[in-house]
Amino acid sequence: MERKNNLMTWVDERLPVSSFIKNHLTQYYAPKNFNFLYFFGALAIVLFALQILTGIFLTMHYKPDALHAFASVEYIMRDVSFGWVIRYMHSTGASLFFVVIYMHMFRAIIYGSYKKPRELLWIFGVLIFLLLMAEAFFGYLLPWGQMSYWGAQVIVNLFATVPFIGPDLAEWVRGDYLVSDATLNRFFAFHVIALPLALAGLIFLHLAALHSVGSNNPDGIEIKLTKDKKTGIPLDGIPFHPYYTVKDLIGLTVFLIVFTTIIFFMPEVGGYFLEHNNFVPADPLVTPAHIAPVWYFTPFYSILRAVPPIFNSQFPGVAAMGAAVLILFIVPWLDKSKVKSIRYKGALYKKWLAAFVLSFLILGYLGTVPSNIWGQIPNFIPLLGGLDLATFVARVFTIVYFAFFVLMPFYSKKDKTKPVPKRVTS
Amino acid sequence: MSKKYNGFDKDRRKFLLTATAITGAVGISVAGIPFVTSMKPSEKAKAAGASVAVDTSKIEKGSLLTTEWRGQPVWILNRTEDMVKGLSKMETNLADPQLKVTSQQPKYCQNPTRSIKSDLLVVVGICTHLGCSPTAKLQPKGDMGDNWTGGFFCPCHGSKFDLAGRVYKGSPAPTNLVVPPHKYIDEKTILIGEDQKDEA
Repeated sequence: MERKNNLMTWVDERLPVSSFIKNHLTQYYAPKNFNFLYFFGALAIVLFALQILTGIFLTMHYKPDALHAFASVEYIMRDVSFGWVIRYMHSTGASLFFVVIYMHMFRAIIYGSYKKPRELLWIFGVLIFLLLMAEAFFGYLLPWGQMSYWGAQVIVNLFATVPFIGPDLAEWVRGDYLVSDATLNRFFAFHVIALPLALAGLIFLHLAALHSVGSNNPDGIEIKLTKDKKTGIPLDGIPFHPYYTVKDLIGLTVFLIVFTTIIFFMPEVGGYFLEHNNFVPADPLVTPAHIAPVWYFTPFYSILRAVPPIFNSQFPGVAAMGAAVLILFIVPWLDKSKVKSIRYKGALYKKWLAAFVLSFLILGYLGTVPSNIWGQIPNFIPLLGGLDLATFVARVFTIVYFAFFVLMPFYSKKDKTKPVPKRVTS
Repeated sequence: MSKKYNGFDKDRRKFLLTATAITGAVGISVAGIPFVTSMKPSEKAKAAGASVAVDTSKIEKGSLLTTEWRGQPVWILNRTEDMVKGLSKMETNLADPQLKVTSQQPKYCQNPTRSIKSDLLVVVGICTHLGCSPTAKLQPKGDMGDNWTGGFFCPCHGSKFDLAGRVYKGSPAPTNLVVPPHKYIDEKTILIGEDQKDEA
């Protein structure tokens, strides 16, 4: 005991380990009323670590070369000992990362966790989301299957629609006149080092900002406003460790049950996590009959498809897709409500939120299917006759998606809010 | 005159700070050039993008040959007389029958058949929407419906093109298929990737 203390003192004089543990774990006070939606931040960290770990081991066997990439993935699956587990952990981890992040963002939206003083925390979060999408996109090219190839072809061509500099920009991104070995090699570089490094940095900033302002909670009440007069500890706060570390372990256990079930029993999840066409090697001369991105991109892909070309340019669709993500950055300033949490917001806000969630899910579904899935609108209907019904529905919900944000300053101001109590409810 | 506070010359400090920042920014930008430029197509990729010669004598009337240029599929379609005659019939359903978007074909193909010789069509088989490769549906009717007069159909997002690679109205693709630069080096051989001299 004496000896351990001496060692800790020696270290603490050189690196403030003990005070760091105090400030960020044992004496870091989080609101006591977290519900299950608060598991997802911790789960996202675990998944990030897991993706790095499995990624390192996949890199030991994968070859970023157009001639060998597809075969090297099959080699990992068949010949490398336990290679299939590591690869399925990585591919399932990617999809579940988005499940977790979408839940984490949904939590932040309904409890107003982006509102003052947590605007920067939210902005770092949206940046992480953006980089995560890029990371997933770059990673998806690496197996060099048909979906990898044509998905990348479609996305890189989005750059080509930018007015004036578009074609040169797309060529610069690809490093060739088409998606090729050069493209695969650089996407590998982005995927395994550039973006993970940037992500790690942003996650650090996200956590630093969180620990400086403190967690929001389902009531949207600042616990720092009601402190014990003697100790200065928030009356509604409990130490993160051991209370939330233990609680998060339970969440992690449940998550791992789902995670391992997918890995061992349904790693492709019916073509949603690993698309069927990606088991065919990339062929630049043959396009698969139906191209769809992986499920987590489909809401945005639907928006891209829904916007018709304007002045012979595909750019408006691309711009709309970009705007659908970028608009998240300004949400803290769009929400004019007096209260943070949905618990004290009125019916008007709840209706808009429901419409938004519905549009996100429907757009997500429509992005996975061909646009002629529901047939055409009959010709006798003026204006819309002959248009694919699914395209029309996607257009309606694209408008709803944007209306949720664009009209937020108006409906959130008009909304009849309930009085917020001083202390959190249990 | 410079203003001195506690022995510090603020103006001079500001000047030095600005000058250092600008010098640094210029230096970093210039140092960035090799990195940005390294991502452009390499000399090897450019060499692979050189022109391709194709012998067209073996393409039968009414059939399609797919060749590769810059890694893209290039179609050479030997159209029958009926196919060439049929081109003018569906013009009202096309988005740009008059070829107003001139970037989609070289000057020497700015004509009703979009080709140098009226029967031989040369187009890049990449949809102008988002780069998928359309499927040839050369025969009329069939699974494309009774109004179909032959052409190309893109499986990705349903764009339709006629037998001159012109896009139908209502397709997601905004423009006609691209006619690549090409020329005849003899009666039957096409060189894809090089422009014909403007005598035609």
